[in-house]
Amino acid sequence: MKHFLDITSETCPMTFVKVKLQLARMEPGEQLEVLLNEGEPLENVPRSCEEQGFQVLSVEPTDNNRYLVLIQK
Amino acid sequence: MNQQVNDKQDISIVCFSGEFDKLLAAYTIATGAAATNRKVTMFFTFWGLNALKKERGRKAIGKDFLSRVFNWLMGGRSNLPLSRLNFAGASPKLMSGMMRKNNVAQLDELMEAASALGIRFFACEMSMHILGISKDDLIDDVQSVVGVATFLNESEKAHIIFI
Repeated sequence: MKHFLDITSETCPMTFVKVKLQLARMEPGEQLEVLLNEGEPLENVPRSCEEQGFQVLSVEPTDNNRYLVLIQK
Repeated sequence: MNQQVNDKQDISIVCFSGEFDKLLAAYTIATGAAATNRKVTMFFTFWGLNALKKERGRKAIGKDFLSRVFNWLMGGRSNLPLSRLNFAGASPKLMSGMMRKNNVAQLDELMEAASALGIRFFACEMSMHILGISKDDLIDDVQSVVGVATFLNESEKAHIIFI
């Protein structure tokens, strides 16, 4: 199952917080697609997920300096 | 949520101040640290305890006359002043409005997140004794009322931040 989370309107620290809490609610094997801004969220959200042992499957640029990050729990 | 166990340094925050902006800073660091896989402990002492009172407004809690007056004057989470330019309590409301406009998390939202992230909350036994506050006066997130020795033991491997 694939979940989606848009954190482009969030600011520090709720960007990381929302991703962390969403992943905690998911089952192992499920995927989460996160839409985020460049800069701090792009640099730290994928890193933080990998630290927890989750797999970052892809990081794709979209429009307006935003990125789609696909994470597998 | 269980806290992560990894090679990152634990963070312990002493919340001494009871000002809106300082508590906001404490909760921002705490939730940011927990969300990036650090084990976080918050220790509330003296004025910081005002943020944890169940009663958000002014209430004369306490065991004697002086502590009841003190607690009424200090109030709860709705009465936290700004550390600068407070203007008799007008500024925190203006600041909250500015934060909402810029979609920055409010104190309530950060406190909820802190709880959901599994941050540990300790309240200081000594300052609660002075101010006549009991554990029942504090929100349920508070795990236990402890002394400085317990806090330091629990923070043995942590970086301690005093706010």
